[in-house]
Amino acid sequence: MDDWRSSITTVRVVTDTATPTGAQVPLVDYLVLGAHPHLEANRCMSCGARFFDRRNACASCFGTEFERVAIATEGTVRAFTIVTFAAPGVPVPFVSAVIDCDGTSVRGNLVNVEPDPSKVTLHMPVRLTTYSMGIDDNGTEAVAFGFEPT
Amino acid sequence: MADNVWILGITMTKFGKHADKDIVDLASAAAMGALADGGVTMREMGIMAAGNLMGPGGVGQQIQKQVGQTGIPVYNVSNACATGATALRTVIMAIKAGECDMGIAVGVEKLAGAGLLGGGGQAKRDGKVWEAKGRYGAVAPTDGRIGTDTMPGTFAQIGMEYGHKYGGADFELFARISEKNHAHSTLNPLAAYSKRFTLEEIMGDMMIAYPNTRPMCSANCDGAAAAVLVSETKLRTLSLEQQRRAVKVAASVLTTDPWEEACQILPNVNTLTRNAAKQAYEAAGVGPDDLDLVELHDCFATAELVHYDNLMLCPEGGAVDFFNSGAPWRDGTTPVNVSGGLQSKGHPISATGIANVWEVCHHLRGEAGDRQIEGAKVGLAHVIGLGSACGIHVLEKSAA
Ligand SMILES: [Zn+2]
Repeated sequence: MDDWRSSITTVRVVTDTATPTGAQVPLVDYLVLGAHPHLEANRCMSCGARFFDRRNACASCFGTEFERVAIATEGTVRAFTIVTFAAPGVPVPFVSAVIDCDGTSVRGNLVNVEPDPSKVTLHMPVRLTTYSMGIDDNGTEAVAFGFEPT
Repeated sequence: MADNVWILGITMTKFGKHADKDIVDLASAAAMGALADGGVTMREMGIMAAGNLMGPGGVGQQIQKQVGQTGIPVYNVSNACATGATALRTVIMAIKAGECDMGIAVGVEKLAGAGLLGGGGQAKRDGKVWEAKGRYGAVAPTDGRIGTDTMPGTFAQIGMEYGHKYGGADFELFARISEKNHAHSTLNPLAAYSKRFTLEEIMGDMMIAYPNTRPMCSANCDGAAAAVLVSETKLRTLSLEQQRRAVKVAASVLTTDPWEEACQILPNVNTLTRNAAKQAYEAAGVGPDDLDLVELHDCFATAELVHYDNLMLCPEGGAVDFFNSGAPWRDGTTPVNVSGGLQSKGHPISATGIANVWEVCHHLRGEAGDRQIEGAKVGLAHVIGLGSACGIHVLEKSAA
């Protein structure tokens, strides 16, 4: 493993020189943008196991056929932490959480909530939301997701 | 029936900052210490297994060049925080397989000043154009945007998830677990930190990832540990003193995490530990009630709680009550981490899985001095590395 500090950079997006073209890209390919932003998983067609990354074979049943399925956009907080010390370039504090979205566990930040243990609770109902990460030199906007209290 | 395997000699260096020693120096000191402790030399060793994660690789051959090149096979192993346990188990398997009757396992790490582990981890980008990379097609680093990659944050969530499932686990409870381990460490001269903290000091210290404050996180430090293992048949040919001090490996188990929903987003450290514990108790023919002491992988205070349950030291869901009963304190019914645990003893990753076995052996041999658990006959040592790998060794005092 490299020293953890050497692998950290933050994308410096120049927003004042670029012209927005209206084009958008998601932070990760399992975030689907559009009128109803949501997450998609690769679901094993044999056993139903869901994966956010591409898999060569299913980790659960070794099947090799997958289909894209939409994941529920509302869920409840099953675990969280408030990170106050992170790698350089990562803004703190932020709330990292595990959200149960109707049987599929999703990892994400809790947003639009104060990063304070008295404000974030286990079992808290939340929903998916998106926000802009900035526009690149080509005028393309990157969009990230988080979960906010309902 | 494969022969039983015994620990003939075992040692650990002091954990802490060793600015004037490199990993080969530290590992060699541990290896020579274990050989001397067992009353044998490299000449008798039929195999070496060497664990190291952060170094350049091939540490086993480098150690041999300092302690003795006899041409025996070396297995360089790497298995996250279970690396030391994996090295130990590699030698045990070779002896069980009948390939040799003695071997040495070494684990070493230099981590002092390494800082936060697990954060970041995306390739450097120079451009100002969003470009999808990696298995998630990410256009930017996801650590901090899609949850946390840091170890303190990951294990914080693991502890909070236990609280979600069973209740009763709050910031103060986790801090009190840390208070226990730091109190235990005051009796351990080899610990990196042996200072007692009050509950207020622990809760008031710098927050790393709620609810883990700085003293509730394992300490990055330098250190090495080594063990010499011997077959039972061979042991019976050695001196009575060697036989008396030898410690029986009643179980040696290594597991990985079976697939479960959610394991792709938050590592499940529970199932593989529970699976390893079940196998270990069955192999050793003992139960959790028989354990006189346990060294478990308290990489964070939040981790210690879940492992009370995973190692079945308490009924399922009963870890909070177990702690509140005083059971895991050194004068309790199941002393846990009387060494001070990783929070105070320190966690030089690859050394940890042998150093915790050393701690248990120290008590079983009746050589633990001020921190001796009186009359200890059976103990368990547990490590877990994310990825994941879990190693458990159950150790028994010699009847001789
Ligand atoms: Zn499947």
